[in-house]
Amino acid sequence: MKLRILVADRQIVRPGDLLAEIEDSTEHLEERIIPEKHIYIKNKKIYSDTIGLATITDNDVQVIPLEGVYFPKKDDIVIGLVVGVGITNWIIDIRAPYKAILNGSEVIEGFNPIQHDLRDYLDIGEYVLAKITIFDRTRDPVLTIKGKGLGKITEGAIIEVKPSRIARIIGKKGSMLNLLTTKTGCNITVAQNGIIWARCPDNNKLDVLVKAIKRIEEKAHMRGLTEEIRLFLEKELGEKREK
Amino acid sequence: MEKPILIREDGLRHDGRKPDELRPIKMDVGILKNADGSAYVEYGGTKVIAAVYGPREVYPRHLALPDRALIRCRYHMASFSTSDRKSPAPSRREIELSKVIREALEAVVFTELYPRTTIDVFIEVLQADGGTRTAGLTAASLALADAGIPMKDLIAGVAVGKIDGVIVLDIDEVEDEFGEADMPIGYAAGIEEIVLLQLNGVLTREEFNKALELAKRGAEQIYKLMKETLHKKYLKVLSE
Repeated sequence: MKLRILVADRQIVRPGDLLAEIEDSTEHLEERIIPEKHIYIKNKKIYSDTIGLATITDNDVQVIPLEGVYFPKKDDIVIGLVVGVGITNWIIDIRAPYKAILNGSEVIEGFNPIQHDLRDYLDIGEYVLAKITIFDRTRDPVLTIKGKGLGKITEGAIIEVKPSRIARIIGKKGSMLNLLTTKTGCNITVAQNGIIWARCPDNNKLDVLVKAIKRIEEKAHMRGLTEEIRLFLEKELGEKREK
Repeated sequence: MEKPILIREDGLRHDGRKPDELRPIKMDVGILKNADGSAYVEYGGTKVIAAVYGPREVYPRHLALPDRALIRCRYHMASFSTSDRKSPAPSRREIELSKVIREALEAVVFTELYPRTTIDVFIEVLQADGGTRTAGLTAASLALADAGIPMKDLIAGVAVGKIDGVIVLDIDEVEDEFGEADMPIGYAAGIEEIVLLQLNGVLTREEFNKALELAKRGAEQIYKLMKETLHKKYLKVLSE
């Protein structure tokens, strides 16, 4: 399949914008959507289905959305807020259209609903770092906290951002996240649902980190953002040191 | 009120517009902080706000659809939007308009991507001067795009009408009241699909075809503006 691409790389596109034409395919292609690429194909033409940045990678085009809620995916790391406690499970809000479920047996070894009260382990209002183990859209996502670093969050700060900005906060091959970690000295965990968990050496550093993250969130569609954030961090942290 | 002169001797309309001319249009997106997506649209004296929430969990639970997202739409006129106070309770007319706008939106939104969820659309008319459903549809479509909801295309709404025997674009309240016909349409200009079409009054076959063509041309102008508005939101951030 050969494409004639009609947009520039990193160009802002809107729903219904024509991105590319399929040139050589002789067979009749029926209308279909490719949700993970945020495109749809109709009459040998590829259109965007959302507002986002067109991204071109050798003979392929996709759209990285700039808006939108978090939609769960299997194996995603998420940070959730406990909003309900049942007899055998917790209900976790992961900022998705579905509430997630964390089973008691995930947290307590030899779990027995008669012996154990789930509130003793995790209560309403507490955050957990977890992984989605099962999700297929027909039922609510199921979480696990078995894994390295997963579990209840007991220290540090939680920063909420738009889920669509997570890719930018991590950056290409983790470049942005690396920059944030090394410059501020904070230990940062980025969850796919748009929640960031930061453990910083002091409050000044945390303030600067929050400001930097908010700046990335606002200017996610800008070119050369990593460089700007580097300058911003150096300026902010430098000034703090002089004081 | 007596019938005013709708088409003047020089061929222009009562407000000085040419028959195929739109009213001045203003648009903005992302105006409400609490909504996932929002938009403000002005067609001359008609001022409309739209807010979109979702996809989110459905309450009450039993309304959820197992295979696609539910779209709920409320078109509402503020009690201060008309010259006489309008009762804020939903009227027969508002329930109908909520339904036709919802069906227009369902034609472009990829609801099958979000089963068991809801997308809530609220349209609030702040000031009514004719063409509120079309301005509302334009605003709702912009707000959906602003919320990042996957959809085929944007929808531009515009009304055409027949006043004193002349087919005119984007009729206002006076023209609607004293004209012979009023035809609002919703047009997804990129994919060339008509998603809403109503007709109140009588048009001959030729007049209908002419009116539809005129409405499409008008909708295309609005469609272009909508795309610019969405683009501008992000350019504004960069220039700051």
